[in-house]
Amino acid sequence: MAETRRVALFVTCLVDLFRPSVGFATVKLLEDAGFTVEVPSAQTCCGQPAYNSGDNRDARDIARQVIEAFESYDFIVAPSGSCAGMLKKHYPELFENEVKWKARAEAFADKVHELVSFLVDIAGVKSVAASFDGTVTYHDSCSGLRELGVQTQPRALLDTVEGLKLTEMADSDVCCGFGGTFCVKYPDISNAMVGRKTEAIVASGAGTLLAGDLGCLLNMAGKLKREGRPIQARHVAEVLAGMTDTAAIAEDR
Amino acid sequence: MEIRSPQFKGNVRAALDDQALQRAMGNVRSGFIQKRANAAAKLPEFEDLRDEARDIKNHALEHLDLYLEAYEEKVTASGGHVHWAVDAEEARDIVTAICKSVDARTVTKGKSMITEEIGLNDHLERNGLTPIETDLGEYIIQLRGEHPSHIIAPAIHVNKDEVEDEFRRVHTHLPVDRNLEDPRTLLSEAREILRHKFQTADVGVTGANFLIAETGTSVIVTNEGNGDLTQLLPRVHIVVASLEKIVPTLDDTAQILRVLARSATGQDMSVYTTFSTGPRRPDDPDGPEEYHVVLLDNGRSSMLGTDFQDMLRCIRCGACMNHCPVYHTVGGHAYGWVYPGPMGAVLTPSLIGVDQSGHLPNASTFCGRCESVCPMRIPLPKMMRHWRQREFERKLSPATIRAGLGAWAFLAKRPALYQMAMSIGMPVMAWWAGKTGRMASLPLAGGWTKHRDLPAPEGKTFQQQWKQRQEGTPT
Repeated sequence: MAETRRVALFVTCLVDLFRPSVGFATVKLLEDAGFTVEVPSAQTCCGQPAYNSGDNRDARDIARQVIEAFESYDFIVAPSGSCAGMLKKHYPELFENEVKWKARAEAFADKVHELVSFLVDIAGVKSVAASFDGTVTYHDSCSGLRELGVQTQPRALLDTVEGLKLTEMADSDVCCGFGGTFCVKYPDISNAMVGRKTEAIVASGAGTLLAGDLGCLLNMAGKLKREGRPIQARHVAEVLAGMTDTAAIAEDR
Repeated sequence: MEIRSPQFKGNVRAALDDQALQRAMGNVRSGFIQKRANAAAKLPEFEDLRDEARDIKNHALEHLDLYLEAYEEKVTASGGHVHWAVDAEEARDIVTAICKSVDARTVTKGKSMITEEIGLNDHLERNGLTPIETDLGEYIIQLRGEHPSHIIAPAIHVNKDEVEDEFRRVHTHLPVDRNLEDPRTLLSEAREILRHKFQTADVGVTGANFLIAETGTSVIVTNEGNGDLTQLLPRVHIVVASLEKIVPTLDDTAQILRVLARSATGQDMSVYTTFSTGPRRPDDPDGPEEYHVVLLDNGRSSMLGTDFQDMLRCIRCGACMNHCPVYHTVGGHAYGWVYPGPMGAVLTPSLIGVDQSGHLPNASTFCGRCESVCPMRIPLPKMMRHWRQREFERKLSPATIRAGLGAWAFLAKRPALYQMAMSIGMPVMAWWAGKTGRMASLPLAGGWTKHRDLPAPEGKTFQQQWKQRQEGTPT
């Protein structure tokens, strides 16, 4: 019997802090796909807040810390297109002037994947053993979509969830206005953007909003709640793993 | 032009409160995007053409000095004159000197962002000359005393009923009871008035989409034909263009033209693509007696060899702003200077200083939609990030943000300490939120909770629970 391959879970700071259940859903999906999942303890955040604020020195320090903790695994998987994009696309950019670290960052980057695209494109998962009774709509988070090409994979797997009906919202590929620190630096612009997004979500007629990035989900769920909309928000991993017993994001519990 | 970029946040507030503007911006969101997508989809080689366009411009920029010299030689050989202008002031002075040398009174103008950049209209007026914008959009905003809010659709922020109001206010010689319901009637009215101006103008000023080194030709692309009348009918034609407009050959120009209109308006080609080489020759049926090119640097040569060189590939198609959700929200004027949207967020700091325009590269979610449609494959988010680095290094970013970031980074670089702090903090936050699962307000989180609730953490962190699970203790 072939040795099972080891996946290191980069859980992401938002899942770690705000919604651990997404982390456990991720572990289940990876284990179901036949991988051994480990969670290196030397992980905090991918460093995007520093990198996107122009603080490359701190971003580099954090990148080194992540690379050291994760580079020995066969795969590094994150339930976020944004964080996976940082690890995969931007870590190598951080070391343009450090030959040795650049090579390490590139070797590391080759093994980094966003969760759902990993399941479909690398692990060859064709279907999931989950059911969900309801209509969902899926928001394409920007980094996952445009940096990593995550678009068809979540839809393909959602299609195999028993009882689930997917109804597309208009402009599902348009930014929700989260943008990390952007949403608190420019709250008025962010608000207008998330307002257009919730309008599209409501118009889709779906009862549940899904996405692959918790940052976007906190933003959209927070806005839906503020507007008093009866729409639930969940990470796509929760539905794919059949772990929807927990209260939805921002929902009473 | 007055720089209002430092007041970006105030500009944003005003833009959001401006009902007419918000109504007009709805058209941007729905119009350009589908048209570009259709045009790109119809052409199987579109993605390859983008690569080729990028490579052509990269090559031209690598050898800019040689191509500029070759270009000047060809312009001179065809009987034209090239004037080199280091900055806006020099460019303005060259234009007015040419106008005065022919005793000009009125100057017609084709649509040109570069003359906005150098503030030409005000300067002409101060020198007793009358500039007349002949592009319909430019004409409308000239009447309204405004600047363009979009680089290819200057009056995109104006609604049709507002144009009608403006025409009734200004064109007082026409019957008050005329019907201007149909947009075509507005167009005809402007055309009628401009026709007369074209015929009486002494000098025509245009920009250029390309300057071709091989032939000494300037190229403009328009949809109204006003550019052609501007450069053909007056005695003198002045082209004002920045030096990165250089492309090596006619073939190169044809290649880039294939992505320009498709990216901009979704047309295969713009209605008019006009090549001008020198003044009228003895056998030509028409054309200007004098042909001048004012080649403007205004800070661009100092972008060469820096992180911002790629920005000089820009062909001003406007696709980046057409697809930008931030631009859709605030419109072009909020950016506070000549160039709005993603391309402005990168170019403006290069031209007027990042200390004046620091908000622009920050007011982006890095959603990447601009880069995904840029025909020249300019890595716009990456360059905005470069500007943020410069701001951070020069300590131009707000002190509160720097302090918060510093504290966060301190923890993020110490996983054990971080996890201990979070394993206390998160349950406290969860308890604070109680059974509601969300918070309507939270100290220090006003930027978030002003407009939306903050979903509460579930309780224990994932890492806490994972460790307990590994150790076999129940979570």
